[in-house]
Amino acid sequence: MILVGELSLWVALLMATWTATVSFAGGATRRAELVVSGERGLYATLLFVVLASAGLWTALLSADFSLRFVASYTSANLPTVYKITAFWAGQSGSLLFWALILALFSGACVFANRARNRDLMPWVTGTLGAVLIFFIATICFASNPYERLDWVPPDGRGMNPQLQNPGMAIHPPMLYLGWVGTTIPFAFAVGALVTRKLDAQWLGAIRRWSLISWFFLTIGLILGMWWAYVELGWGGYWAWDPVENAPLTSWLTQTAFLHSIMIQEKRGMLRKWNVSLVIGTFLLSILGTFITRSGVIESVHSFAQSAIGTWFAVFLGIAFVASCVLVATRLRDMEAKAELESMVSREAAFLYNNLVLVGIAFSVLWGTLFPILSEWVRGTKITVGPPFFNTVNVPLGLGLLALTGIGPLIAWRRASTENLRRQFTVPVLIGVATVAVLMLAGMRHFTALVAYGLSGFVVGTIGQEFWKGVGARRRMHGENPALATVRLVARNRRRYGGYIVHLGVAMIFAAFAGYAFKQEYDLTLKTGDVFRARDPFGHEWTFTSQGISQYERLNRQVTAVGLVMTKDGARVPGVLTSEKRQHVDSRGVPTFEPSTEVGLLEGHMMDVYLVFAGMTGEDTAELRLSFNPLVWWVWYGGIVMAIGGLIVMWPQAERARQGGYVTQLAPEHAGASPTPAPVGAGSA
Amino acid sequence: MKARTKFLIGGFVILGTASYLAAKTTTESATYFLTPSELAARVQADDDFRENGVKVGARVVKGSIVRAPGGKEVAFTMEDSTGTTFPVVYRGIIPDTFTDSVEVVVEGRLDDRGTFQATVLLAKCASRYENAPGKPGEGGYPAGAQHPAGIPKTGAGHPAGVPTGGYGASDVAPATPTPPAAAPRP
Repeated sequence: MILVGELSLWVALLMATWTATVSFAGGATRRAELVVSGERGLYATLLFVVLASAGLWTALLSADFSLRFVASYTSANLPTVYKITAFWAGQSGSLLFWALILALFSGACVFANRARNRDLMPWVTGTLGAVLIFFIATICFASNPYERLDWVPPDGRGMNPQLQNPGMAIHPPMLYLGWVGTTIPFAFAVGALVTRKLDAQWLGAIRRWSLISWFFLTIGLILGMWWAYVELGWGGYWAWDPVENAPLTSWLTQTAFLHSIMIQEKRGMLRKWNVSLVIGTFLLSILGTFITRSGVIESVHSFAQSAIGTWFAVFLGIAFVASCVLVATRLRDMEAKAELESMVSREAAFLYNNLVLVGIAFSVLWGTLFPILSEWVRGTKITVGPPFFNTVNVPLGLGLLALTGIGPLIAWRRASTENLRRQFTVPVLIGVATVAVLMLAGMRHFTALVAYGLSGFVVGTIGQEFWKGVGARRRMHGENPALATVRLVARNRRRYGGYIVHLGVAMIFAAFAGYAFKQEYDLTLKTGDVFRARDPFGHEWTFTSQGISQYERLNRQVTAVGLVMTKDGARVPGVLTSEKRQHVDSRGVPTFEPSTEVGLLEGHMMDVYLVFAGMTGEDTAELRLSFNPLVWWVWYGGIVMAIGGLIVMWPQAERARQGGYVTQLAPEHAGASPTPAPVGAGSA
Repeated sequence: MKARTKFLIGGFVILGTASYLAAKTTTESATYFLTPSELAARVQADDDFRENGVKVGARVVKGSIVRAPGGKEVAFTMEDSTGTTFPVVYRGIIPDTFTDSVEVVVEGRLDDRGTFQATVLLAKCASRYENAPGKPGEGGYPAGAQHPAGIPKTGAGHPAGVPTGGYGASDVAPATPTPPAAAPRP
């Protein structure tokens, strides 16, 4: 199976080449048999990429340490689940994983469009084939997971303990699903540009794919934050690290596209912009894959030294230039069909939303790539740190939060004073009340107050929409509130799913603001020593060291310190325990440096976070303890965003698509926000 | 005034402010990212360069790590492929990935006696998943490596002190470090 897998990789490369060549030829000559052959070629590519992946999984599971990849990332005593996830633990395997997901997505896309979008499909298939060629060729020639060692080591080196965590096991696949998902819209953009069919057709074909990509990017980002928080032990979830920034930029442009697509659907505006966003998101995904996989930015060594750097640079260059040429030669086919009529309109709100999202994406990209840019320009690497990202992005982020509330409620074309008064009075009051309550409670942190005021405003707009919608259904259909809510959402999925996503966004912003109140202490505690502190909410805590214990587990030796806690004088159940783990291989030989397991007392409003730094003498522990407010609201917000995303992209039942439920609701909303018209229509 | 013009003005105001903030903080938070030999060259050219906080990317000299008890202070020597070395003292929580021969990024400044006082110590990032020292971009076993016989059996007994004792420092690092700047590709 391993040999079959290795050979399949090369066959897949041939098949992908065939697919791209024949599909482009078929598109150019309009010969149907070539087009069909190209699509079959794509299915064949899929088959062989699956075989190649199955071969690597076989090698991992059967612990074939003659493969350098297997020997480098697994050991005989690694739990089976981590042998499976070792597939994406190293560079070459994760490139193959990228190719696998891309092949699966491409196959699904070609199959779903076997009777649709036929004029675009040759170019779509060809583009997908071309991207597959790039990935498979990079794997074959520059980073091959089937590379063999000259000798067979008795055991592998094992997996980095920090990766032996459920979050890290599924975080990369989620991110890859999101990144790979941007390829399909890109392929359709190429198809639409080449054939000059730049009307709504291609947008309809890719909306679902863009949502899928956005959905997985969201989950991937949140899981990455969670992993950094529980596993890395520095007490935070976001450090503006290049590997975090890379998926964030793709997420931002994808989010911008999901908003601006509505402007094009409703008003025929932003056509060039939308094509550019699709292309930009794809290029950022490729760049992001490269940044996370190569570590080129954290390394002081220059760009060209990375084995896959040249491959990625050349591919990005080709894709960028080809896209620019395509867009430039088609500009006249993308003239806007309408003009912006007023600054106080939904169009303007969405335009600013796009401006801010892309502005944030650009600043993050600038800060991330600054070392490389400065190396080109000045010959020496210069980095910019978190102050850069925070100074630029906090005001932009707050502006974005405000637009999250304004955009969905303001009228299209030109909002009347009446519209503004009716839609925004209550939410603004809620926002002001939020600030007033927090100030009474003693909060004086300006940025945090603004963030909470705006979060309150956004939640107010969403609550008001649900209130009005449910009220209308209750009057119209006599439904009870629960049923009315469910039906309201189920029958206007794009709209109310979108509100739920916005609710998650507001929750996450509130969590970010809460992080400003974090407190941190460095402690040295002997057995029995007590540490007293007052948390940001004003509760009194004591922490009593229970001393240090040592014991062994299956693949590790553990040294642990435990703290008994009281809060306002009452005993808190459980013991806050942080561990140092020394992982060992099957012969009992230590692998890696000791890793740290943080001690975490999680709460809805605040976490207590404990890091065991080391020991002085027999019973004295060096610790770092912190109060981290509202961290759970990041995870809650992420879950809410994911649920909202699922609702938006869930296929609409046929009857609802044809039915007039929305127009029945319309009287309430007609003047204010005539969004609902094409609910589900075209969301194929 | 047309709405489009108004929008463009608004857009320029927003982006202009953002760009201004970006340009300002880029200058303020910009930090040189150097190799030890580049740092040596700059300090030699202008002794005041010591005043600047810099980041240095380097490799930990094998066997040079001396951990203070408690796991919150460590001294070691860093080097690059040219053999330029600097002693480093770091105070703070030592990352799990910090070990012999690993690539590190230290942030701080060079003091008058030529010791690099580090306030930030990053060992090779776990997100690169690599296990052993190797070339940037690909860790694991270098092709054609010999059996890592250098791994000593430390015995089954559990070491006493966690990062300080037994297996903390120089004795367990897997063999086969590859020189960092091996064969730059054109």
